[in-house]
Amino acid sequence: MTGKGVLVYSEDKELELQLLRKGRELADEMNGPLSTVSLAQEPIDADELIRYGADKVFLYKDPGFDLNIETYRAALLEAVKRASPEVILIGSTRRGRELAPRIASALRTGCMTECIELEIDEGGDLLARRLVYGGSAVALERSRNRPHVATVPPRIFRRAEPSERNGEVMELRIEKPKHRTIVVERREKSRGDEALENARIIVAAGRGFRRREDLKLLEELAKVLGAEIGCTRPLAADDGWLNEWIGISGHKVRPRLYIACGISGTVQHLAGIRDSQVIVSINKDENANIFQASDYGLVGDLYAILPVLTRTLRRIRGESI
Amino acid sequence: MNRIIVLLKDAVDLSELKVDPSTRRPLLEGAKRRIGELDKRALEEALRIKEREGGEVCTLTVGDERSKTPLLEALAMGADRAYIVNIGTGVWVDALTTSILLEAAVRRLTPFDLILCGEMSLDSLSSQMGPRLAELLDLPQITYVKQLAIEGGRLKAVRDLEDADEVVQADLPAVVSVSREINEPRIPSLMSIMRAKSKPIITLDVASLDVSPEIVSGGQSIEIISVEAPQVERKRIIVKGETIEESVEKLVHHLVAEGVLEVR
Ligand SMILES: Cc1cc2nc3c(=O)[nH]c(=O)nc-3n(C[C@H](O)[C@H](O)[C@H](O)COP(=O)(O)OP(=O)(O)OC[C@H]3O[C@@H](n4cnc5c(N)ncnc54)[C@H](O)[C@@H]3O)c2cc1C
Ligand SMILES: Nc1ncnc2c1ncn2[C@@H]1O[C@H](COP(=O)(O)O)[C@@H](O)[C@H]1O
Repeated sequence: MTGKGVLVYSEDKELELQLLRKGRELADEMNGPLSTVSLAQEPIDADELIRYGADKVFLYKDPGFDLNIETYRAALLEAVKRASPEVILIGSTRRGRELAPRIASALRTGCMTECIELEIDEGGDLLARRLVYGGSAVALERSRNRPHVATVPPRIFRRAEPSERNGEVMELRIEKPKHRTIVVERREKSRGDEALENARIIVAAGRGFRRREDLKLLEELAKVLGAEIGCTRPLAADDGWLNEWIGISGHKVRPRLYIACGISGTVQHLAGIRDSQVIVSINKDENANIFQASDYGLVGDLYAILPVLTRTLRRIRGESI
Repeated sequence: MNRIIVLLKDAVDLSELKVDPSTRRPLLEGAKRRIGELDKRALEEALRIKEREGGEVCTLTVGDERSKTPLLEALAMGADRAYIVNIGTGVWVDALTTSILLEAAVRRLTPFDLILCGEMSLDSLSSQMGPRLAELLDLPQITYVKQLAIEGGRLKAVRDLEDADEVVQADLPAVVSVSREINEPRIPSLMSIMRAKSKPIITLDVASLDVSPEIVSGGQSIEIISVEAPQVERKRIIVKGETIEESVEKLVHHLVAEGVLEVR
């Protein structure tokens, strides 16, 4: 069986610090140590991880580290062997989500993905709340085997306050595994900033927009409202009109006002806007699902409505056209 | 090209899922079941590879007798055969158990060149099966694939990660999980829907697989305690006026009253 304690890992530094906070809480409840793993291309500051709550830092140094799944799987399993944690938390980035189930299968245990709440019960089982049914419901789940494996999305937990503390830094040695996949090219993308997450007002576009140029209508509205612009997944991922999208697989937003234009309201999109204070939708189909999830709906053509809305708001703001 | 195995989940149709207003629980019993959207895209990709490279396309589902109905859609799209690992009606198994059952069934379907699945099932949002199978079968794993090709007998794929697109190569056989952008699945013609009814759906009993029978009947590593749709009370007011100007005017009044517009 496993020992006590918690092991956390994410290749995303900020997310790792967030996991350290939750990990610290769970470790204290279990009276066990908190370990973390650092695998990176660049040497990272192990002392910093200790200041943020780690008792043990396992460092894997490999100047040629290329984020290959076989390598980080092996390194993480070695860290699990050394730390024998009861709970393993992995950051739910795409890389984290391909790692966690592999680790869980190697350890023949369960895995709860995308957890938004975590708690240890009296019996030492890990309880988690996670989104299910496309994001339309929340499940409460219990992990009964040891070790417990869970993944946690960004920004669910805040990072800890750093403090001067003691900890141990240990080097991980693994026999470098044979790579089963070779990366022949990497095309860097701009990574989403936090503008959408922090926005007070968001105006968002869906497939109701026919051409990229038409987004101008939304930009005008955004300008008068001081809003950020968002969109549904197809506009970003298929058409490349914008970089980021909102929803279960994109940004989760919580503005005071969300204006959905030409968006049908699939569960995957709604899962990202549920925490908005007021939702307004504009859709030409009176049966569109988005109206079920809105406070105020306008049935009609966004091409006709948006210019009027922008003009009306401008007038109220006392600005001339 | 040898056989391509596509993993298809018999999943709850999310577009029609209703919630009991008093308990906030999703009404699963009467819910319609369908092959998930991403799984269809995995199948579409398999069919396209078959069209170029030959071979056959089998689908594999851990489900029960009732899975036959949703699987007809896969056969109509063009799959050659469907396999169901029948765990019994109303039985729920977790991702660990599902992956062990899939592994055992996949071993029965050897030789194969490719296993295709979705990056996650949209109902349980668990995103585990691809990586778990790669681990259990010790195969190359390529996740989040939005473009796939076979070049000189090797796989070439474009993976969609948050910070980069990665172009990767791997030898066959391999496990590939696809993302939504990989293709647009075909809509079967009436003819192919008719023809699908005569295609084989083969049931594999758990007892016939090389697994301990307790993995289905015994306790699961993950237990679902409850499922609840969060309380979201929306006002659902449709704002109407004689003209667009009038409707917009009314809408703006509502928004000012809500205090969400900082109008000076
Ligand atoms: C694994 C997975 C994850 C996903 N994650 C996300 C996610 O995070 N976020 C997301 O958004 N999607 C996500 N999706 C995609 C999702 O399933 C839908 O495809 C998407 O949300 C639909 O976007 P849409 O509303 O813009 O387009 P559509 O569904 O095509 O809706 C367009 C709407 O515009 C209306 N319209 C058309 N013309 C006009 C007009 N002139 N004026 C007014 N209205 C008009 C139509 O009536 C329609 O309702 C995901 C899918 C998968 C498989
Ligand atoms: N019960 C199942 N039977 C067959 N394939 C499945 C099953 N569950 C999941 N899959 C496959 O694994 C993918 C990822 O699902 P999941 O790990 O459940 O999110 C799905 O898109 C399917 O291709």
